[in-house]
Amino acid sequence: MTEEVKSDGKRSNAFVVSPQKRKMQKLAKNAGEALLLGIASFVAIIVLFIFYFVAVDAIPYFQLRGFTEFFTSTGWYPAGEPGEFGALAIIYGSAMVTLGSALLAVPMGIAAAVCLSDILPFSVRQYAKPVIEMLAAIPSVAFGFFALVILAPLLQSNGGPLLMWTWWVLAAPFLLLAVIVAADLLSARFAQEENRKKMALLLQSLFGILAVLVLYVVGTKLNAIEIITGTNALNVSIILSFMALPTIVSVAEDALQSVGRELREGSYALGATRAETLLKTVLPAASSGILAAVILGIMRALGETMVVWMASGNSSHIPDPWFNYLEAVRTLTATIAGDMGEADQVTGSARYHVLFAMGLLLLVISFFSNLVSERIVVRQRKILSGQ
Amino acid sequence: MKLFSKFLMGAAVLGVMASGDASAAGKIVMDGSTTVGPIAKSFAAYFQKTTGTEVTVSESGSGNGAKSIINGTCDIANMSRAMKDKEVAAAKAKGVNPVEHIVALDGLAVVVNPGNRVTALSIAQIRDIYSGKITNWSKVGGPNAQIVKIQRESNSGTQDTFKSLVMGKEYPISKRAESQASNGAVKNRVSTTPAAIGFIGLGFVDSSVKPLLVDGVAPSAETVKNGTYPISRPLFMYTNGQPTGVVKQFIDLNKTSDGMRMISELGFVNK
Repeated sequence: MTEEVKSDGKRSNAFVVSPQKRKMQKLAKNAGEALLLGIASFVAIIVLFIFYFVAVDAIPYFQLRGFTEFFTSTGWYPAGEPGEFGALAIIYGSAMVTLGSALLAVPMGIAAAVCLSDILPFSVRQYAKPVIEMLAAIPSVAFGFFALVILAPLLQSNGGPLLMWTWWVLAAPFLLLAVIVAADLLSARFAQEENRKKMALLLQSLFGILAVLVLYVVGTKLNAIEIITGTNALNVSIILSFMALPTIVSVAEDALQSVGRELREGSYALGATRAETLLKTVLPAASSGILAAVILGIMRALGETMVVWMASGNSSHIPDPWFNYLEAVRTLTATIAGDMGEADQVTGSARYHVLFAMGLLLLVISFFSNLVSERIVVRQRKILSGQ
Repeated sequence: MKLFSKFLMGAAVLGVMASGDASAAGKIVMDGSTTVGPIAKSFAAYFQKTTGTEVTVSESGSGNGAKSIINGTCDIANMSRAMKDKEVAAAKAKGVNPVEHIVALDGLAVVVNPGNRVTALSIAQIRDIYSGKITNWSKVGGPNAQIVKIQRESNSGTQDTFKSLVMGKEYPISKRAESQASNGAVKNRVSTTPAAIGFIGLGFVDSSVKPLLVDGVAPSAETVKNGTYPISRPLFMYTNGQPTGVVKQFIDLNKTSDGMRMISELGFVNK
């Protein structure tokens, strides 16, 4: 409050607030703050309430049937008399498609984020980022429809060649890079300039032939694969990776942007190349943000329901062998969605509560992943600030 | 005075809305089986046109239909199976008296991809395929290909019917069987998967899939009606107590010539 003192020493009344008015202002300030606090804590309370209500309906299941069957048996016959509630295969199915989509989406997402933030010119980035973020606006049922009606038949009719081409497109550049780097590193041991060049050429052609051989052998093996059912873990992993991409790209790109010019210019000033700056300065500095992006993306894949329900095949068994992505699987989310209608009849039965047990499991998993990512972000910040 | 009557009217409207009694407003709410759905929908369109009564139809599965009538959120529950004892007990506990009306008959067609050279299976063979005893088409006269078994989710009346008419209590369906959420989704998967087998309501069969002869009998209106086709079932509409007024009028549509024509046009069989 500014108070003006007149030349004669008397205070001017123009800016003085009466005690009553001051009280009112204080009251209004407190009320406003309380309102904002209330709104903010409302969100937190909702989360607690969801936890509470899911847990209240999940715990009776474990009281009725114990933990052993749920976590160790693969027999899922909820409609049987008596029912079997072994969720191991379903938990495994969830883990499988989440891992599969992460393996596809994380490298792609980080590469796209680096490209957007450090490689593309500003004018292109301005358009590219919104387009990628558009992916997030596509309803999941549309993705599911695509997976069921287009991707699944495609995998069945042309699965082998499709896998082979994907392998070639993805592996060829990596192998090329690996051949050049390996040959360079090995030939660097020779002191003489002339020997070094000869050796590099020799090693490059040797490794090159080896790489082509690997490409060919793995390619023909993949080409021979016949996919019996197109609604399988691979199909879902591909679609889920598309759905997780916008989250990963968007958050990781923000993290890379927030690294700032100073670090980049400092790195260039020390004589680092663009690749060195990216790999040794920018990426480590943004690693906490990138990790947060990855975890958010994985959570998106784990929690997705519609696509997995439509396109995973929903068969509750552990594939044989265990890493076979070409078999149908069933996930926690799809099971909750698929079994809910019937289970409601018999409120209070194990069949009803087991679905809440699955929901609780999903909640606990995402809660802990969020906790871990928070921890890592905090620790990374400390390391970066030199404490 | 005018204001007061307006207020009264408003209160009355609110009261009707709050009571949740849909039929009081001259409106019929239906929920339940996706198999009975097409019949309910064409009845609804016809009924709306002829009587002006609004009819809404949701298709959420027989189990959900039973749930809705028990909870009093619909006037008619469409079901492709009879109510289970448990459901009847749950209804009684809530003061609901479910009354069944058979509106039509339906056969479950066992379908394969049109490219599959198998044309007939016995009930025992179908049971062995779904229980996982037979896993290759070559065992039943087909090509050397692993069988992709497609079933419905556990809240489906079609699934219940298949389990009780084909599998029986002692043969659980194999863990490897895939599940789809609707008749249409099963048909889609079978029509696009060379090695698939599935089961759908007779009304859903079209040229994209091939229905098999079961125990030597082709699924058709005649064989379902005369009882020779082994996988057939009645289709139900359930009401709370004996129906009256527009609900009775609606249910009785299946006995009129227009109603019977609609049922057979949809591929179902008149009882």
